Amino acid sequence: MATMTQTSTRTPAAQTYYGLSSGAWKNIGLAVLIVAACLLPFVVSNYRTFQFTLVLVNAIALLSINLLTGFNGQISLGHGAFYAIGAYTAAILITQFGVPYWVTLPIAGVICLVVGFLFGLPALRLEGLYLALATFALGVAMPQILKYKGIEDWTGGVQGISITKPTAPWGLKLNSDQWLYFVALFVTIIMFVIGWNLLRGRIGRAIVAIRDQPIAAEAMGINTAIYKSLTFGISAMYAGIAGALGGIAIQFVAPDSFAITLSLSFLFGSVIGGIFSLSGAIYGALFLQFIPHISEGISKAAPGAVFGVFLILFMFIMPAGVAGFLRLAGVRMRRRIANRMAQG
Amino acid sequence: MTSLTFTKKLLFTSIASVLGLVLAVSGATAAKKYDPGASDTEIKIGHTNPYSGPASAYGSIGKAETAYFKMVNEQGGINGRKINFISLDDSYSPPKTVEQVRKLVEQEEVLFMFQPLGTPSNTAIHKYMNEKKVPQLFVATGATKWGDPKNFPWTMGWQPNYQTESKAYAAYILKNHPNAKIGILYQNDDYGKDYLFGFKEGLGDKASKMIVKEVSYEVSDPTVDSQIVTLKASGANLFFNVTTPKFAAQAIRKSVDIGWNPVHFLNSVSANINNVLVPAGLDKSKGIITSAYIKDPNDPQWVKNKDYQDWLAWMKKYNPDANLADGNYVYGYSVAYTMHQVLKACGDELTRENVMKQAASLKNLEVPMLLPGIKVTTGQNDYYPIESIQLARFDGKQFQLFGEIIGK
Repeated sequence: MATMTQTSTRTPAAQTYYGLSSGAWKNIGLAVLIVAACLLPFVVSNYRTFQFTLVLVNAIALLSINLLTGFNGQISLGHGAFYAIGAYTAAILITQFGVPYWVTLPIAGVICLVVGFLFGLPALRLEGLYLALATFALGVAMPQILKYKGIEDWTGGVQGISITKPTAPWGLKLNSDQWLYFVALFVTIIMFVIGWNLLRGRIGRAIVAIRDQPIAAEAMGINTAIYKSLTFGISAMYAGIAGALGGIAIQFVAPDSFAITLSLSFLFGSVIGGIFSLSGAIYGALFLQFIPHISEGISKAAPGAVFGVFLILFMFIMPAGVAGFLRLAGVRMRRRIANRMAQG
Repeated sequence: MTSLTFTKKLLFTSIASVLGLVLAVSGATAAKKYDPGASDTEIKIGHTNPYSGPASAYGSIGKAETAYFKMVNEQGGINGRKINFISLDDSYSPPKTVEQVRKLVEQEEVLFMFQPLGTPSNTAIHKYMNEKKVPQLFVATGATKWGDPKNFPWTMGWQPNYQTESKAYAAYILKNHPNAKIGILYQNDDYGKDYLFGFKEGLGDKASKMIVKEVSYEVSDPTVDSQIVTLKASGANLFFNVTTPKFAAQAIRKSVDIGWNPVHFLNSVSANINNVLVPAGLDKSKGIITSAYIKDPNDPQWVKNKDYQDWLAWMKKYNPDANLADGNYVYGYSVAYTMHQVLKACGDELTRENVMKQAASLKNLEVPMLLPGIKVTTGQNDYYPIESIQLARFDGKQFQLFGEIIGK
């Protein structure tokens, strides 16, 4: 929190640029971004639309890490498990109970919220790296739990579950890829708004205070255990909703889809994007979606190694993630404009 | 003057020849039919394979196939068309497979998908391929569900499926051990159950009488020791061992250690000397019966065989750095050869429908590196290309093939 207040005092809200306050410029930028996002599926191919749907899904998943690790300081190496629970919830509800796909999203969210909260209660007695290990165990165990014989009638065992793709309602002239993209876009915007609202108020200050000064936070009357468990639960909810959406977009869930690498990719996607900000989730999601394709284009023999080089390069050039890099660039630009206006 | 008439003449002849060419070409195109991915000069084939991740050992199959089509191109292509073989990495992750296959089908516009690897990966794209009506040919998995032309007319397997194999064991047992008491150990997933199902079908009415004990294990189990003890206690004198390499080695070792010496049938999944029999102990593995359909490059009996020599020459030219003991290079070579023959048969009608039709019209095709006598046959209602195998017994050093070719 300390760093954030510093940033805001450095650039007073009263400062205007070309007749508009920096907040207004931000809103204009956001509006342009949303309009562009709405136009996107009409200018790119269905395959690209599908890829951008996955970007949005990843963005929600990365948001869960940003909330938990970036703002609350708890490290999770097992969020793929909640993502998997979300995906399976959606798949089972759709195929076995005939529930409409869009209803499964909030249900998946609630289930993961409860599971995350309950997992959080005992696990949060573990600090830092020990929590990372506990969640790592959860991530490793999840694919095997999904194969468990007792629940095979529901989960389909190793075979997994195929889901039929939703089509556009109300006679809209959209194909299923475009429709799904808009569903994902809508959900993503809602999730960002929720996240933003959560963090800017009293709860948000408590969450960040626990990260920065846990003892002081407790001394000020914040119930650290409850807040930490709640943050963990909410974070799991985000991952679960992302998983449900991802499962519907891919049209298939199977234990092999949720290996430990998924959990790890969430963490480094978050770090690359900028773990201390909400917008970082989008940059991280773009990275996760497109950089592996670029690495594969460079070397088929060792795509993993090329990907690693990209990872290191990003961390060298943008140590605070893409979001941090852009914020810094923004501050510099504002200063330059302010100087120019002062001179002129 | 003379120069002018000469130019005129030249002009005329050139116009005439251009016209003639246009006519010839348009005449020719009338007989040609193309779907996306095919043209006068090129056939685009899509492929996914794990080059990274936990199953990246299978990456050599993709390398072998890439090398095979490179050879085809250097020899002039297929009916004058070059093969553009686009092989992408899916890290054995089903969501990644979906994404890569959509890229290949929608963006690269390949004519068809060839040899996507893995049961979960192929399951993930099964519906999609059949909705899009794009062939999903010769998939690299042994599950039985790939031969279902009624419900999935655009998907076809290649290698003998697990049920074919276990039916062959059943037939052999009925003939040679009609009074056996059978104990079965299987992995509790669709692979294990596929084997079990085929085995019981093969035994028919006698299954319930002959099978005295079935026990299963989970992939996550540390050992199968207790299962082996249970099987011994059941009084079984014939052991059908449906396990993956690590567990197969444990089962072999444990059964000998506790003094249980049944007639031992081991599924071909684990019929690997270096990974299974060496850790189990070669002397303990003596007498184990398994099956094969493809020539093992490590088997000295093939060294002078023409198939092997051709394969070796191809390996040296196109895969100079590869490990000659890696059976995946044999597998990739043989399956790519099959594809090559299908495309040859398509002629100038390179439509998705015709590719599927030709793939389902193979009659006794001889494919190099398959065991002598094993041929590839398909039909409109037969989407199982290889349906025969031969039994082999481990003699302490090598698997010795014996008996006749079993199956169709």
